[in-house]
Amino acid sequence: MRSLKFAAAALAVSVFTVSASFAQAPAPYSVSPDLLEAAKKEGKVVFYTATDVAVAEKLAELFEKEFPGIDVQVERAGSERVFQRVGQEYSSGIHNADVTETSDAVHFLYFKKQGWLEPMVPQVVADKWPEDEKDPDGNFAAYRAHLSVMAYRSDLMPEADAPKTWTDLLDPKYKGKMVKAHPGYSGTVMTATFVLSELLGWDYFEKLGKQNVMQVQSSTEPPKKLAQGERVLEVDGNEYNVFRLQDDGVQIKIVYPEEGTPLAVGNAAVMKQAPHPNAAKVFYAFLFSLEAQQLNSDFGGLRSFHPDVKEKATKTPLSKIKVLHSDPAKLETQIQTIKTNYEKYFGT
Amino acid sequence: MSAVSATSADMAETRRKSFDLSMPIFIFLALLLTALVALPLFWIIFYSFRSDTGAGATLENFVTLVTDSTLLQAYGLAIGMSLAVGLLSCVVATPMAWLVARTDLPGRKWIRMLVTASFVTPPFLGAIAYEILAAPNTGLANVVYRKIFGLDQSTVLVNIYTFSGLVFAIACFTFPYVFTLVSNALDKVPSDLEDASSILGGNAMTTLRKVTIPMVLPAMLAGTLIAILQSLTMFGSPAIIALPAGFHVITTKIWSLFQFPPRLGLAAASAIPLLILTIILLQTQKAILGRKGYTVLGGKSGSPRLTKFGRWKWVAIAFVLTVLSLTIFFPYLALVKTAFTNTVGDPLTWDTLTLKHWNFVLFEFSATRLAMWNTMLLGVLTATAVTAIALVVSYLVVRRSVTGSKYLGLLATAPVAIPGIVLGVGLFLSYANPTFQLYGTLWILLIAFMTIELPAGYQQMSSSFAGVHPELEEAGRILGASRMTTLRHITAPLLRTSVVAAWCFVFVGTIRELSATILLTTANTKLVSVIIYDLNESGDLGAICVLGILLLLISFAVVYVANRVPVLGGAQMSTRG
Repeated sequence: MRSLKFAAAALAVSVFTVSASFAQAPAPYSVSPDLLEAAKKEGKVVFYTATDVAVAEKLAELFEKEFPGIDVQVERAGSERVFQRVGQEYSSGIHNADVTETSDAVHFLYFKKQGWLEPMVPQVVADKWPEDEKDPDGNFAAYRAHLSVMAYRSDLMPEADAPKTWTDLLDPKYKGKMVKAHPGYSGTVMTATFVLSELLGWDYFEKLGKQNVMQVQSSTEPPKKLAQGERVLEVDGNEYNVFRLQDDGVQIKIVYPEEGTPLAVGNAAVMKQAPHPNAAKVFYAFLFSLEAQQLNSDFGGLRSFHPDVKEKATKTPLSKIKVLHSDPAKLETQIQTIKTNYEKYFGT
Repeated sequence: MSAVSATSADMAETRRKSFDLSMPIFIFLALLLTALVALPLFWIIFYSFRSDTGAGATLENFVTLVTDSTLLQAYGLAIGMSLAVGLLSCVVATPMAWLVARTDLPGRKWIRMLVTASFVTPPFLGAIAYEILAAPNTGLANVVYRKIFGLDQSTVLVNIYTFSGLVFAIACFTFPYVFTLVSNALDKVPSDLEDASSILGGNAMTTLRKVTIPMVLPAMLAGTLIAILQSLTMFGSPAIIALPAGFHVITTKIWSLFQFPPRLGLAAASAIPLLILTIILLQTQKAILGRKGYTVLGGKSGSPRLTKFGRWKWVAIAFVLTVLSLTIFFPYLALVKTAFTNTVGDPLTWDTLTLKHWNFVLFEFSATRLAMWNTMLLGVLTATAVTAIALVVSYLVVRRSVTGSKYLGLLATAPVAIPGIVLGVGLFLSYANPTFQLYGTLWILLIAFMTIELPAGYQQMSSSFAGVHPELEEAGRILGASRMTTLRHITAPLLRTSVVAAWCFVFVGTIRELSATILLTTANTKLVSVIIYDLNESGDLGAICVLGILLLLISFAVVYVANRVPVLGGAQMSTRG
């Protein structure tokens, strides 16, 4: 309850007194030679991330090339698992993580409330990021975004047979053909489940649960199951993994239903008790740089809030898609309900 | 004269001094083992009576346990699954053990060796191999089946993502328990009893039915109980197969209670029935094995009789080959194929061959090196520590050198009753708090592995000790050496082969552990088994296969070294997966 009030207050602040709230955030910084020197002395930065492991490792490689002498340790798990890990570690007085990133916006409200984040604002975020996509107090900012999409193997299922809307998925002809990820593991799917349960009601999921859906954990996995040919249709999954597989030549088509497609925003933040505070600061600034954001877009297929990032022509631009936004403060109160209902309808 | 008495006084002096050493060692070990076993159990019980939402004692966790349908269902499925695994293992392993021990089947030595190989395979890796082989659409078995009979895409021969699929995939890697026990028992059945049956006019079948089988029945039951216990407490395979199929067993359910915010009280309460079930199963096994004495009544009177096959030989060979293919050849081929091709569904041609996954695992994936290092380090440390403790404990117990040493033996065996996931919960509760702060370090994993592996190490060492006659030690003691010096210079060298064997088994057991590990690792304490599990959750099968192959190569290298040691033949494996 307190969290709800808090979030409401934060929201009020951000809406009504943009300039005043901005004053609360620390002054924007850029990577100075002194900071870089200190970072190199630490020699390492630990990155807890929920981005697909191949994309995250590629990003680490770019960072290491740009800032030789600072190694990146990538710790990839599902959003909810990263959250669980940070929670367990901070409650036990262990401080391993320097920079944390998940695709469930609720986590960052929680971290902020607990005082586990170190506020800081990279210059590029101050200059270029939309106000909605950063914390007014400078605790975190939206590092990436992606849609949770319905998609199918276009070589195995003719377009005429493919679903057009969410409720089409309840058609018996799709029984045993679908795969979906788990809200207890994936922040993307947690967000998507919340948004769709608001839109379509829980009886939609109750019916979907009877369709003999293959249950995987991470939202990176359904697209991979499509590529493997294990199932032909995904109920949810990362849009960016689909883009990556399309680049590899796999015949997958995305469906953007008229009802809308859920958007998951992935925030990033520096931890309060980061073991490598200077390297964390350098890395955090790097995450929002044009090079990193462009790499996320080109190699990773992620959406970016950096206005100068150029998207590939093959992608449907976000402006052409009906996007369903979620309110993290409202979602936070629903987490246990979502988990319980999900287990009731899908078994795990 | 005075010189002599001075010397003997000196000797008595040194003897007394060094003799005293076994008492402090005894006390130290007793405290250590008590802490290892009692602390986690204490916290499990403590937390099970604590509310997850507020402070204070409560019974609400137990109320939830008996009223929450998802928990009850998870228990029901876990029990059903383990009974089915036990039965299947017994039905497959018993005839196979008989074929290997009592017939003239060619290649018997090889078969025994290959079955040991499926012992070494981590069950979670086997489960992943079966995902590749028997997923309903892309499973290689289904693809081949459709191709041979020209059937369309919707035909499914086997589906691993089902309850029966899970039972099968687990049984593939638990049947060696039954096999080993039964074939060892068959080796010992005296042939004169069988001869008596033949002389009295019983034909081969009658002899088998009325003499041989009743004699090995205790071993069969005991092996089956171990298989049941194994699958009941297993985490990896159900997590890989049951979750996609849409159901929980109790171990995966307990693990899901750790999702943030964790429900520690409920997790602790849910672990208690598992602990009780384990103790009941072990007691049953002990009661059955206690009667085993009568199987060796005749002692080793001559070599066992071998049944000669005529034209039935091919049937027997076909049976053995089928079992070995399902448990070893096919899973391993599937792992190798996936490691070298782009995606699982690709046909195997020159074009699809790639080193992409090897490149990723060895050069791009930053967790590999750390995890390999941690795994090796913990494997070596655990194996060394457990072997050392087991050696000293079994010496103290077998030679009854200190009063109360029997108590030590009980303590060293007690962890066998604690399932891996329960121990994980217990250790997390004991050491992941601001007082100890061991969570997030390798120490908590070392403690977990030592606790888990101690019973196996101890059993092996104490049985070897029983085989060394005390007179050699007595000679050492008479010449003035202390107990610990005798142990170091006389007994230990005599037992060198068993020590090496025990070391290897503990090592292999450690690097394939997942049940306790999954709750206790953090970013800096990753192990290969855990990154394999993480990669499975994001669907990177190619990378998993590469890591799995690396892990297996190391395990086999160690076991190979162990097999150079002659004593190893029938040594007992760790009883955990």
